[in-house]
Amino acid sequence: MNSSHTQYISARDMGVYEPINQLSMFADFDENGWPDTSPSLLVEVDTKLDNQSEDTSHETAGDSIKYEETNKRVDKVLRRLAQNREAARKSRLRKKAYVQQLESSRLKLMQLEQELDRSRHQGTYIGGAIDSGPPGCSATMNSGIASFVLEYGNWVEKQDRQICELRNAINADLPDEKLRVLVNDGMAHYSDLFRMKAKAAKADVFYLMSGMWKTSAERFLLWIGGFRPSELLKVLLPHLDLLEQQCSDVYNLIQSCQQAEDAISQGMDKLQQSLVDAVAAGLLGGGSYIPQVANAVEKLKPLVSFIDQADHIRKEILQQMYRTLTTRQAARGLLALGEYFQRLRSLSSLWATRPREPA
Amino acid sequence: MEKISRLVSENGVVIFSKSTCCLCYAVNILFQELTVRPVVYAIDKDPEGREMEKALFRLGCSAPAVPAVFIGGKLVGSTNEVMSLHLSGSLVTLIKPYQGLLSN
Repeated sequence: MNSSHTQYISARDMGVYEPINQLSMFADFDENGWPDTSPSLLVEVDTKLDNQSEDTSHETAGDSIKYEETNKRVDKVLRRLAQNREAARKSRLRKKAYVQQLESSRLKLMQLEQELDRSRHQGTYIGGAIDSGPPGCSATMNSGIASFVLEYGNWVEKQDRQICELRNAINADLPDEKLRVLVNDGMAHYSDLFRMKAKAAKADVFYLMSGMWKTSAERFLLWIGGFRPSELLKVLLPHLDLLEQQCSDVYNLIQSCQQAEDAISQGMDKLQQSLVDAVAAGLLGGGSYIPQVANAVEKLKPLVSFIDQADHIRKEILQQMYRTLTTRQAARGLLALGEYFQRLRSLSSLWATRPREPA
Repeated sequence: MEKISRLVSENGVVIFSKSTCCLCYAVNILFQELTVRPVVYAIDKDPEGREMEKALFRLGCSAPAVPAVFIGGKLVGSTNEVMSLHLSGSLVTLIKPYQGLLSN
């Protein structure tokens, strides 16, 4: 017989059930802090065995009785071992479930704190972000969206800081190399936003389409889950101080942007129409609508591609402007853009806190 | 694939689409806006549609296979590529020979 610990490993490996060695394994088994009652059992069994070996002169019948009793004791121990293993397993599962629950509660708490913070700053209650289900339904938000909302909050804060830096740099008339760094940072920051949005679209495309993470004025001006690209260019134009050779490029960009936007908008209209047709198909009022609704699910699937396309257009026009403009122009452009969105956010809170007429 | 090669060589601008695909519709609208009349071939209406889709994948289209846009016999790409080309001003150059025509 090998030493106890190696025997333990090989018994497990081979799935061989060796009672005596299970006993020594049990003595080491205190993983979940179960009271270790084995020593007394061990002693008991050992005593029995010792007694047995001493009683060599007993009759065969007596021997077999003693053997049976020993067996019963061993069985009891084995049963206890199995029960302990099961209880330990259940305990581990319960612990795991509890930890998971804690983690998701923590995430929700962070998100709520963030919202509260922003609400204090903006004076608006961004209630919609917490529960995108029907009122009264306490549906927990999809965790992909919850983390998106958190990340977006951070994104806006970082955006505000970058805008400040840009403003200071331009006013201080910093050289181009310094401005270029800030411009690149600004562009990278927008890339981050599009990356976040792409992830969120996969988590819940309807949430993205609703623009619920934005303030109310921004939502009013929403186009397929974000800002309207052509509007952006029109906002920028007066602040750019274009050189003659740049004019035709920029005007061409404005025109192609408008055309791309129109094409996607019309595609979107078609999508909406096909959805309406699918949902309303067959007899309304008949009471059974599972096939129509199932069919409508298919119609919704391209929605993610549309948001993709809309964001693709937004990204492309930013890139095109970056390529066409000088560093100084790009810096001014990013500043103008940033401040435009800040004003929209500010408008949203001003509107929300305006004095109401008495009812 | 024979059918695809024939279609793209005989027509200036070809869009392979599916009748239910709204992005295909959007791309067509864009070309129309640029006074081009693309040949729109709905592969889901063709009995060999499956084969055509596989052939498009082999030619380099990634899922979804449609819209697959060919200009002057060459594969340009899907919606992404068409939009990028248009916003960078390069699309008009590619479609110039086919603009303003009543049919390809």
